[in-house]
Amino acid sequence: MTQQPFEQSAMEQSMQSAMTIGSGPAPVPDGDPILSVRNMVKRFGGLTAVDDVSLDIYPGEVVGLVGDNGAGKSTLVKCVSGVYHPDAGRVIFEGKQVRFSRPIEARRAGIETIYQDLALAGNLDVAANIFLGRELKNRYLFGVVKSLDNKKMRAESTEVLDSLDIKIPRMQLEIEKLSGGQRQAVAIARAVYWNAQMMIMDEPTNNLGVPEQRKVMQLIGTLKSQGVPVVFISHTLPDVFAATDRIIVMHRGRKVAEVATSETNTTEIVEYMVGARHQPGLDGPTD
Amino acid sequence: MASNVGAAAPPEPRVNQRTQLILTISRVWAWVFLAGLIVFFWISVSYTTDGEVNFLSLRNTMNVLVAITPVLLMGLGQTFVIISGGIDLSVGWVMGLASVVSAYVARDLSAGGLGDAPAIAIAFVVGVLAAMVVGLINGVVIAKLKVPAFIVTLGMSFVARGVALLISGGNVVGGQPGGMRTFGNESLLYYVSGHEQGGLYFLNKPDVAGEALRGLDRIFSWPVVVTAIVVLIAIFILHRTQPGRHTYAVGGNKEASLRAGVPVDKLTIMIFMGSAMTAGIAGVLHTARFSGGSSIAGEPLLLSSIAAVIIGGVSMFGGRGNIMGTVIGALLIAVLITGLVMLNVEPFWQFIVIGVVVILAVLIDQARDLVVGRAESQ
Repeated sequence: MTQQPFEQSAMEQSMQSAMTIGSGPAPVPDGDPILSVRNMVKRFGGLTAVDDVSLDIYPGEVVGLVGDNGAGKSTLVKCVSGVYHPDAGRVIFEGKQVRFSRPIEARRAGIETIYQDLALAGNLDVAANIFLGRELKNRYLFGVVKSLDNKKMRAESTEVLDSLDIKIPRMQLEIEKLSGGQRQAVAIARAVYWNAQMMIMDEPTNNLGVPEQRKVMQLIGTLKSQGVPVVFISHTLPDVFAATDRIIVMHRGRKVAEVATSETNTTEIVEYMVGARHQPGLDGPTD
Repeated sequence: MASNVGAAAPPEPRVNQRTQLILTISRVWAWVFLAGLIVFFWISVSYTTDGEVNFLSLRNTMNVLVAITPVLLMGLGQTFVIISGGIDLSVGWVMGLASVVSAYVARDLSAGGLGDAPAIAIAFVVGVLAAMVVGLINGVVIAKLKVPAFIVTLGMSFVARGVALLISGGNVVGGQPGGMRTFGNESLLYYVSGHEQGGLYFLNKPDVAGEALRGLDRIFSWPVVVTAIVVLIAIFILHRTQPGRHTYAVGGNKEASLRAGVPVDKLTIMIFMGSAMTAGIAGVLHTARFSGGSSIAGEPLLLSSIAAVIIGGVSMFGGRGNIMGTVIGALLIAVLITGLVMLNVEPFWQFIVIGVVVILAVLIDQARDLVVGRAESQ
């Protein structure tokens, strides 16, 4: 599948990066990016939260998006997922320029966002949450009367949970009776079931115990192996290093570095995060 | 709330016997309490009247059922509202409005020469539609203008009250066609006891007179039948359809519902229209039962209907409850009131007893949550 020139250029790039460790651009995977952000700007009054940021996400890769509090990471992804409307810049998803006015439009297009605050209804069970807003129905009397097809929704839910190796004590349990990690797993399973082409995870391991964080990290690996790219926002650098292929660092609204995970280290990332250095070719902090 | 720090592999469901017992009790306590009350009144009424009066007689049972229809109807709509996280304080006066409007329509159509059946059918529909206009306004203001439901429905309660009183001039709207009385008081079945005509009659009122009339019991009068149909429809919608599922979802986590694409605004409007609709049906049935439209018909019943919903286990925080709970809650209130009356207890005691039961019901729910939460975070 891969064409020779691509392979070469990727190799060259990676060699280049290896020679000038920590300062070269990160190697990009083959093929076309699934998502491209071009020169995105988002202002809140006088504050420029996202300042001329461009990035590409390729199929099957996990990209870490890191930065200090207020660096603009969450604002950036919210501009992609339709929560915020960018003041300037373009989003190209699967080759087409898109503009989502609401999060549901981004979801329908295949960009799923997993939030730290768990966008699940705690009083409903697993299947009801996976199918929330898109319930399967039985039709009677020529489609006039419609009832929920709970049996099928439960069966499909069990199937998708199994495919991700997620274990839930009982499917009938309400979400609020599950552990935080199990809930996050259900949220991810929901995204997978609805055919997410790309997943944005905003601090998905916050408020989770260590073993549960591991489960979420494992799920990120599963998604990657299934070809679903993940944008992973986190403060926990060990997690970022464990899960990602590439790391994008933001500082005060600007992208200050983009490096291959295998060619950098925590110290360097922290230096980028605090604004002590920035990559050549990328603008550093303006002040 | 389950502890977040736990084993990665979910533990086997460890629902021990004690927890299971408490869960079972909390699930059936209202039934048990209702059964206990019935037995208590049955014995005590029989004792205090030297066996003269039977609390469980067919006639008394049917009286309890008829008496509870308006409270139950309002409670059905309110169940949807409260599960979705709202409250509807307007239904009392909405019921009065529907009663007055339907009475006017029936009277004027009948006076205009229309037959009883079509006149009453049109009056029914127009009365319920008048109520639903209030529900529509409630829903739109709450959903689109983001005014809290408590405030909107409180305001619309006054508006409905004013409109109902203006229309009726504060009087009972009489002059009802004879069919109206029949609709409100005749029944699906009749039972005649202790007479040569004794037996069960279906739809067909037996022609008895004099002493035999005392032995005539009406089983399932039309208001009860109508209410039962509404109960069945409500059960289907809340527990078997997408709007029902969304009602729970919005009450559980409105933000999550929005993100999942639930049409929250549209649903809210539908729920408040539904609440007004059940109150409207109660209003029309009131007109039928008493052969007259009364603007003040529903006002005293509003708080009873909310009490029925709460006794039935619907959480005021939204997201929890079911229709059968509300049915039991309404039955409980009716049995309490009827029983206390038959025991010759001063009527004012009814309020005190109902108040205590409401608080007790919520306490039991909280105790259950505590036990269940503890058991499942183990």
